[in-house]
Amino acid sequence: MHPAYSVILFTTASGAGYGLLFWLAILSVFDNLPADLTLGMAGLGLAFALISGGLLSSTAHLGRPERAWRAFSQWRTSWLSREGIAAVATFVPFGLFAFGWIMLGQNQGIFGFVALIAAAMSIITVWCTGMIYQSLPTIRAWHQPLVSPVYVALSLASGGVLALTLLRLFGHESEDFGWVVVTFLAASLLLKRVYWSFIDAAPRDRTSGTATGLGRFGRVRPLEAPHTQANFVMREMGYAIARKHAAKLRMIVQLIGFVVPFLALVLTLTAAGPLTLPLTILGLLAVMFGVALERWLFFAEAQHVVTLYYGAEAA
Amino acid sequence: MTSLPAPSAKKLGLVIDLDTCVGCQACATSCKEWNTSGYSAPLSDHDPYGADPHGAWLNRIHAYDVGEGATSRTVHFPRSCLHCETPACVTVCPTGASYKRAEDGIVLVNPDTCIGCKLCSWACPYGAREYDYADGVMKKCTLCVDRIYNETLDPQDRVPACVKACPTGARHFGDLGDESSAVSQLVKAREGYDLMPEMGYKPVNKYLPPRPRRDAATTPSTPSTAAPVKTDGSATEKLFAWADKLLSR
Repeated sequence: MHPAYSVILFTTASGAGYGLLFWLAILSVFDNLPADLTLGMAGLGLAFALISGGLLSSTAHLGRPERAWRAFSQWRTSWLSREGIAAVATFVPFGLFAFGWIMLGQNQGIFGFVALIAAAMSIITVWCTGMIYQSLPTIRAWHQPLVSPVYVALSLASGGVLALTLLRLFGHESEDFGWVVVTFLAASLLLKRVYWSFIDAAPRDRTSGTATGLGRFGRVRPLEAPHTQANFVMREMGYAIARKHAAKLRMIVQLIGFVVPFLALVLTLTAAGPLTLPLTILGLLAVMFGVALERWLFFAEAQHVVTLYYGAEAA
Repeated sequence: MTSLPAPSAKKLGLVIDLDTCVGCQACATSCKEWNTSGYSAPLSDHDPYGADPHGAWLNRIHAYDVGEGATSRTVHFPRSCLHCETPACVTVCPTGASYKRAEDGIVLVNPDTCIGCKLCSWACPYGAREYDYADGVMKKCTLCVDRIYNETLDPQDRVPACVKACPTGARHFGDLGDESSAVSQLVKAREGYDLMPEMGYKPVNKYLPPRPRRDAATTPSTPSTAAPVKTDGSATEKLFAWADKLLSR
């Protein structure tokens, strides 16, 4: 599948934004995080910028962005529509939470309650994003039960590193939370590895013979293409990277996206020192780069069944 | 509305005969010609006279080499929207632009409400939908909805443009929901089949498989030599023999 850069940017940025919102809400309610004005402005402001920036960039791949509002209408059947509604609905508890924190200096009580709603809505929104892909039977690598869980796990891991960075920047170190973030990094790496083993083990039993129904007469090979240049279907669905590159890229994702931030954060948690902040920021940059690359790979590794009509032997 | 309507009794669709299709592309060009000024107008092309010409077409004709060696065969394979009974291209649409008509089962895109998100093209296993880069919306086969009900056309012309154009009669149009229709009878007689039935989209269009090779019937198993004709030596016989010799020169 062709990786649309606006979609990679959207899912990476808004995933981290929703993760950040989730953790700020959870820390407010369960960790007595003080309603510090600068932390509130920076943290909730950054979450808002990442979420809305991501949403706006996702409209960049639309042919008719001015009609995007129509996408809120088909929640009965369409996960894309559900995602849009969930994303917009999240702004309501998010806005109330931010109002309480920034304007009234309160992030508990009734504002803790709306914070928890915002946290739940964040997860629901990211889950819907994953379901857009997971619900497509035409792409074997996406039609897997772990796709949405991985989206949520990566959102919480990247948002967690982001939240930890902000806490440390504004002097609200929380060692417990540091270990929570480290645990989420390890858990999402594990989940992603299980996902990869799933898609590698999935049988590729659809062939050009089954797609054309001509397999009963023997092996089916393309003789003449319907068009001289690549058409939309080939441009959009025909993009694939070689398996050997996929293996290398998977290694880079694991190293930079998970192992580097994991080690950097463990180091800061076990041996506090002047390098704490630089190491935390290194971890943040690494996890964001890793998640963006993982998202690109998620598209580039996915093979659409229509490629069987264009010369792919199996899908 | 992208929720699917209750299954319609009427299921308009095409039956494509892979035995007689010669891959001439007449259906594809005729489709492009009609639809670039019809319901789907415009069907834009990009860089048409340049190095990388491409554009939105609603019907694509592949040719495959099937089988090995002396028993292999060339099969021309037209591919377009199959107007499925349970099409995911419709249900994934976030705006309701993609819909299935309750009255005859035709799957259409409303070009006025499509946002061009392309998700429907991802959901289609058959590659039937092509995005129009210039128009910013998705295009697909309309089963020539602007021909088949068009009372300004002569009755014999109220069929999809591809069916009308096919010089070998390899494309048939009709109601596949009606068991007594000519197309349903044809599917029955020729064991018409669905493409990728395992995907569960329940295509309405059917494909008729190539007929068995006739090599066995046309190639004599032993060289035959005609038995010599007995002659009676009459004058008429001699006249015919002379004429035969003369004409054989």
